[in-house]
Amino acid sequence: MKILVCISNVPDTTAKITFTDNDTRLNKTGVQYIIGPYDDYALARGVELKEQSGGSLTVLHVGEADADPQIRKALAIGADDAIRVNADPLDSYFVAVQIANIAKQNSYDLILMGRESIDYNSGVVHGLVGEMLGIASYSPVMKLDIEGGFATISREIDGGKEVLRAPLPLVLGCQEPIAEWKIPNMRGIMTARTKLLQVVKAVDVENMTSPEKYFLPAPKGACKMIPADQAETLIRLLQTEAKVL
Amino acid sequence: MSVLIYVELDNGSIKKTSLEAVAYGAKVAEKTGGPVVVLALGQADEIALQKAGNYGATKVLHAADEKLTHENSLAYADALSQAVTQENSKVIILSKSGLGDAMAARAAAKLKAGIVSGVTALPEIDATFKVKRGIFTGKAFATTEVKSDVKILVIKKNVIEIDENDVASAQATVEPFAPQLRENDFQASVISVEKANLELSLTEAQVIVSGGRGMKGPENWQPLLDLAKALGAATGCSKPVSDLDWRPHHEHIGQTGIKVAPNLYIACGISGAIQHLAGVNGSKCIVVINKDPEAPFFKSADYGIVGDVFEILPKLTEAAKKL
Ligand SMILES: Cc1cc2nc3c(=O)[nH]c(=O)nc-3n(C[C@H](O)[C@H](O)[C@H](O)COP(=O)(O)OP(=O)(O)OC[C@H]3O[C@@H](n4cnc5c(N)ncnc54)[C@H](O)[C@@H]3O)c2cc1C
Ligand SMILES: Nc1ncnc2c1ncn2[C@@H]1O[C@H](COP(=O)(O)O)[C@@H](O)[C@H]1O
Repeated sequence: MKILVCISNVPDTTAKITFTDNDTRLNKTGVQYIIGPYDDYALARGVELKEQSGGSLTVLHVGEADADPQIRKALAIGADDAIRVNADPLDSYFVAVQIANIAKQNSYDLILMGRESIDYNSGVVHGLVGEMLGIASYSPVMKLDIEGGFATISREIDGGKEVLRAPLPLVLGCQEPIAEWKIPNMRGIMTARTKLLQVVKAVDVENMTSPEKYFLPAPKGACKMIPADQAETLIRLLQTEAKVL
Repeated sequence: MSVLIYVELDNGSIKKTSLEAVAYGAKVAEKTGGPVVVLALGQADEIALQKAGNYGATKVLHAADEKLTHENSLAYADALSQAVTQENSKVIILSKSGLGDAMAARAAAKLKAGIVSGVTALPEIDATFKVKRGIFTGKAFATTEVKSDVKILVIKKNVIEIDENDVASAQATVEPFAPQLRENDFQASVISVEKANLELSLTEAQVIVSGGRGMKGPENWQPLLDLAKALGAATGCSKPVSDLDWRPHHEHIGQTGIKVAPNLYIACGISGAIQHLAGVNGSKCIVVINKDPEAPFFKSADYGIVGDVFEILPKLTEAAKKL
C-alpha cells in the first residue's frame, strides 16, 4: 500500500500570535513551529498501517525551507521519504492543487491529512484534493482500518458517529483518537538524516483569494468575581445583566 | 445571478445555524442583487422549508430523492454545484460544520471557486469582495479578498443576529429539484450510524456546561449533568477528561476537539489552557468555576467563582430550577 501523509507547518499551540508589516504578515519571531496536531494523528496512523501491511509512506508539505525540521521529524517518526513543494502557500486552493499534482504522478492508495490545519483552520484541503483527483474524501475520521482494498472508517457526524466501508483510494482528514501521537526515537532521528527529502517546484495556480490584513480580537473586559457563598446570584446576573439565559 | 444558500436539515426542518445562513445570504443579496435561493437535500416538510422565506429566501430548491436521505457529502456537493449552475449563483453560503466544509470544498473544486471557511462577518462589497474570518483557532482574524467569479463562504455560528420577533412572514416557493446523481458518489456502504443520545448537539447548543480534570473522576459528573439539565444545556469536557475516558470523545472541546460558540459557556474545574480556550473563545459569555484563584481561565472569563465545584454546582442548579 502506498500512503501519502500531508503535513502543515504551524505555530505551536501555545504560541502568542502577533503581526508585523502593518498587520499584513504573521510575526514569526520567537514562534516555535510544529507539525499540525491533527496532521500528527494522520502521520501516526499512517505509520501504524504501514507497519501492519507493508508498503511505503511519503510525507508531503507545501511550503518553504523553514519547514524542513518538521519534515525531518516526520521522517524520524517513520515516513520513508518526503516531498516539499517549494512555495509560499497562498490559500487552501493553492495547497490542494499542489497536493493533487503530486498525487496524480504517484497513485497513492491512501492520502491522509489532518481534519484541519490550526493556522487557517479551513478543514477544506481534503475535500478539494479528493474532488481534484476524482476520489472520495471523508473527515473527520476517528478510526481507520484497511483490509483487502477497503477502508473501514469511523467518523464524527453531527451529534454522533457513522461507520463506513469504502474502496480505496481515499483522501481522509484525521483526528483523535485515530492513533496516539508518536515521538521519534534515537534510531529514527539518526535514519531520518539520510532519508530522501525531495524539493520540487510548484505548479501555477490562479489566485482565488488573497489575505489583506490581520488583526487580533478586542481584549476581554475584566472578569466579574462572585463570592462562593453567593454562588446562586450568578444565575440572576446571567439572566438580567449578561442576558444569556 | 443569485445568492445560493445550502441549508442543513434536522428531522425535516431547517437547522438554526442554517436559518442564520439564509439571513446572511439575504443580506449579501441586498448588495449584489438577484434572488436568494435555498437548497435543501433529503426528506423535508414543505411547510418547514417555506419558512426560509421568513429569513429572506425567494425560492427553495428541494431534492427529495431517497438516495439523498442519508447525509453523503460527495453526492451533496454534486447536487450543490448543479444547483449553482442552474441558478447562475455567484455567491454560495453554507454554515460551518463537517458536512458544510466537505460540501463547500468539493463544490469549490468542481466550480473553480474561491473558498473561505470560518467567516465571522458580512462581506464588504464594493469594487472588491472582502470577508472577515477567524484564523489561528480564534486567536486572530483576517480580512481576505475573494477574487474568483464564483465565491463560496462557509460561515460561523452567530455571525448574524436573528431576532425571532422581527422576521418577516414571507413564504418562499418550494420547487422540486432533481440533480443528476453519480454512481461514483455511492460506493461507500454505511455500516452503522450511531446518534449519541444527545438531546442537544454541542455545536447547536446555546448553553454548554463543561467539566475538566477538577471534577476528579467520572463518578462525580452528576452535579454537572444536573445543572446542564436545569439550564437546557449540552455538556462538554476538556481533552484530558475524554482521554481518560471519563466522558465520551464527542464531548472534547478545544483546539484538537470541537469548537463551540454558545451564548453561555460554564467551565467547571478546567484550568483554561490555551488549547482549551481555542475551542471556546467564540462564546458570548464565559463563566469559570475553579478553586484556584490563579487559574488562567479567569483571564478569559466574564464571570468567575473561586471555590469548590462540588459545593457550587448544586447551588447553581437550585437557582437555575427557579428560572
Ligand atoms: C497540541 C495540544 C493540543 C491540545 N488540545 C486540547 C484541546 O483541544 N482541549 C483541551 O481541553 N485541552 C487540550 N490540550 C491540553 C491542554 O494543554 C491542557 O492540558 C488541558 O486543557 C487541561 O485540562 P483541565 O483543565 O481539565 O485539567 P487541569 O489543567 O489539570 O486543570 C484542572 C483544574 O481544576 C481545578 N480544580 C481541581 N479541583 C477542583 C475543585 N474541587 N473545584 C474547582 N476546581 C478544581 C484546578 O485548580 C485546575 O485549574 C492540548 C494540548 C496540546 C499540547
Ligand atoms: N501547506 C500544506 N502542506 C501540506 N499539507 C497541508 C498544508 N496545509 C494543509 N495541509 C493538509 O490539509 C489539512 C487540512 O487543512 P486546512 O484545510 O487548511 O484546514 C491539514 O490538516 C493538512 O493535512
